[in-house]
Amino acid sequence: MTEPILIAEGLEKSFFGVQVLRGVGLTLYPGEVHGLIGENGAGKSTFMKILAGVYERDAGTIRLAGEEVDFQHPVQAARAGLATVFQEFNLLPERTVAENVFVGREPKRGGFVDRKAMVRKTRELLADLGIDSIEADAPVRSLSVAEQQIVEIVKALSTDARVIQMDEPTAALADHEVELLYAIVRRLQERGVAIIYVSHRLKEIFDLCDSITVLKDGALVSTGPASELDTDELVRRMVGRPIEAYYPDPEPGTELGEPRLVLRGVGNAYVDGVDLELRAGEIVGVAGLQGSGRTELVEGVFGITPFTRGQILLDGAEITITSARRAVQKGFALITEDRKAQGLALNQSVLDNALLVIRSVFARRTRTVRRELPGVLSSLEVVFRGVDQEVQYLSGGNQQKVVLAKWLATAPRVVLLDEPTRGIDVGAKVAVYRLMRRLAKEGVAILMISSELPEVIGMSDRIVVMHDGRASAELPARSDEATILTAATGSVSAIDLVGGAE
Amino acid sequence: MSTIAPAKQRRRRRQLDATFIVGVALVVVIVVGAILVSTVGRNFFSPGNIRDILTGMSVLGFVAIGQTLVILCASLDLSVPYVISLSSLIAADLMQGNPANIPFAVLVTLAVAAVIGLANGLIVTKLKVNGFIATLGTGLIIKGYLDSTYKGTSGNVPWEFQLIGATGLGPIPVSTLLMLATALLAALFLSRTRIGHQMFAVGGSEQVARLSGIRTARPIIVAHVLCSIAAALAGLLLASRLGVGSPTVGTQGGYDLLSIAAVVLGGTLLMGGRGSIWGTIGGVAIFAVMDSVMSVMQVNPFLKDVVRGVVIVAAVAIYTSRNLDRRRPRFGPGGSVAAITDAPTAEKPSITKEGAKR
Repeated sequence: MTEPILIAEGLEKSFFGVQVLRGVGLTLYPGEVHGLIGENGAGKSTFMKILAGVYERDAGTIRLAGEEVDFQHPVQAARAGLATVFQEFNLLPERTVAENVFVGREPKRGGFVDRKAMVRKTRELLADLGIDSIEADAPVRSLSVAEQQIVEIVKALSTDARVIQMDEPTAALADHEVELLYAIVRRLQERGVAIIYVSHRLKEIFDLCDSITVLKDGALVSTGPASELDTDELVRRMVGRPIEAYYPDPEPGTELGEPRLVLRGVGNAYVDGVDLELRAGEIVGVAGLQGSGRTELVEGVFGITPFTRGQILLDGAEITITSARRAVQKGFALITEDRKAQGLALNQSVLDNALLVIRSVFARRTRTVRRELPGVLSSLEVVFRGVDQEVQYLSGGNQQKVVLAKWLATAPRVVLLDEPTRGIDVGAKVAVYRLMRRLAKEGVAILMISSELPEVIGMSDRIVVMHDGRASAELPARSDEATILTAATGSVSAIDLVGGAE
Repeated sequence: MSTIAPAKQRRRRRQLDATFIVGVALVVVIVVGAILVSTVGRNFFSPGNIRDILTGMSVLGFVAIGQTLVILCASLDLSVPYVISLSSLIAADLMQGNPANIPFAVLVTLAVAAVIGLANGLIVTKLKVNGFIATLGTGLIIKGYLDSTYKGTSGNVPWEFQLIGATGLGPIPVSTLLMLATALLAALFLSRTRIGHQMFAVGGSEQVARLSGIRTARPIIVAHVLCSIAAALAGLLLASRLGVGSPTVGTQGGYDLLSIAAVVLGGTLLMGGRGSIWGTIGGVAIFAVMDSVMSVMQVNPFLKDVVRGVVIVAAVAIYTSRNLDRRRPRFGPGGSVAAITDAPTAEKPSITKEGAKR
């Protein structure tokens, strides 16, 4: 048996007193592909970032090739042979592939950057991986997402990495592009590079990995050979917890009404052939992996990237939505995924933010809404010093409530929520859930995108699963996580299409 | 379903290099200009006219070369006109008509400019003041000094130094050759030194640069120092032409905004990270040719500025339309997967949040 290349033991980490990692460790051998899986918030990313030197660990040891290491910066780790391909691309789109691969450590000759050597070495690295579709002197912006992913990997390899961590490398890839990544992972494996592979797609884990470590709620569930596990067992270990009790039940008297929003075969450049029916008073959850087209679906409905085919019916009448303004006028509200960049003007006051939509679309109602605003904010239990306080000083949960207040003011008929509880505390989460129930009772139709499966299951009357830009399944309320995951990962092409367009 | 497109196929789709487009635009401007000039019975390609155009390029060329470096780093330099004026005065005062003083005067002038550039760079990187404001501030400080110290032109430039601005090799002025040599040095600096590469990296994304182990302050500071030195070279050239130093020579030329316009016209992104020195020189040349054509044709000054303004706005509009950072479509034309139903026309996707983030 060869010596392990990496041994991590007893890693601990807390943020602001919340422990996100408790005694997690793994052992990695040269040429091994090691799957690291767990639900959102299980601690995978934190674990990787500690190994990479992005975060400092509170406790535990890391040994790389037998020597104890303590990296302060990802570059330091990369030079020592532990490279990380992060989920967000760290590439300069305007620079060439070679310039990106060697950014910050360009090869020099006689005091000058040796461009030829840079391009030559990049070509060699690409050739080693068997890639002939990427030119070393092409600007990165001209590459596809999959190819950019490869450039990231090449960047990691150029430091002679012996361990490469990949954080959801296929999250942004289409199915057929994944094959290319597989080939590269296998080639690296042959060369004795050890790989830590994080993915939500169980199929990939079983296709690629020799061993699997499962994390849950920041703790180690199991670590061992992949051959000892199957999909069901893996999902059981990942999930292994009851749906938390804090999802409120529907308010008494909530009734499913007539179909409020009907999508018939809608599509644009990002989603295709989606059929969906949303009734008044109904909450429909949208599940799916990152990059599966969930956000693109609601952006299509809301007119940000309008649909180019198919029909949208609102209360039975066909409508066309070509801009967000049109959507707002028709009674749509969109609570965006990225609160800070898309939901709020951070350096403006609570008042200005809450009146944003009203002032710009329904200016005549400004006065009334402004009078009612304090009541709305207090019903949402927003904690703030006054309506003049800048929203950037509020907590994430309170910021989200201001976003909700902004949309409530428009008295919407259809509310689209994209990751409504991302990055907010439990109390605020419950407030958001209660508000959803209240709106449902008032006959508002709600479409909620969420990556948190318990949330989707706990809140939805029906669940639509997106996969690769299409609605791959429609599942009844209280479907179990395994079924949703299977549909989202595309393990089964389409399961049990319940309902759909009637 | 298609797989990854082979490289050859994609090469055709790749967008034309911005510098190349500027070159084409320059040729078009020259051809159109030559035709217009010939309609009033003059020869565009006469040695006199060529010399006028090249002379017109040299001062702005120096300033714009420096400005390119700063803009590549996603900063700006508005202090250049004051540095130009100050440099002309320092040089003329120190020379005092004596050719023996020339080397000393030039060195002091460049050193003072370097200090100003260093101040700009430090304010931008250490105090985290936006480059626009930082250089506006230092520019105003220099302006205050100039206004209170000098009532008019000052100093005396010896005849030997005046030759730089006055002589030429055939129709090509020496000053233009010096400017082009500087451009060559700057272009090599960008492509052949690490710090040059780091400028692109920092301007493209400070985050990426930092995560790649680059000390992000250094390229920005160096760019500001070099920009001020380039402005000082422009000031020296103007002093050579005028024979004296002048406290208003920089502001009269409007070199701050004109240099930024030339850089942007040359295809450099105002947000940094992409651009080239040769594009900038192309931009400067386009301005010089337009100016020359319009003065030969005796276009009234108001219309001149209108034409300049239209050209700048149009150029940027064209660049922007080509460079919208889009999400790659998944379905339909350009996408990787065929749509179930064929889209009759592919709608141009608007900027998404992914695009806006960059």
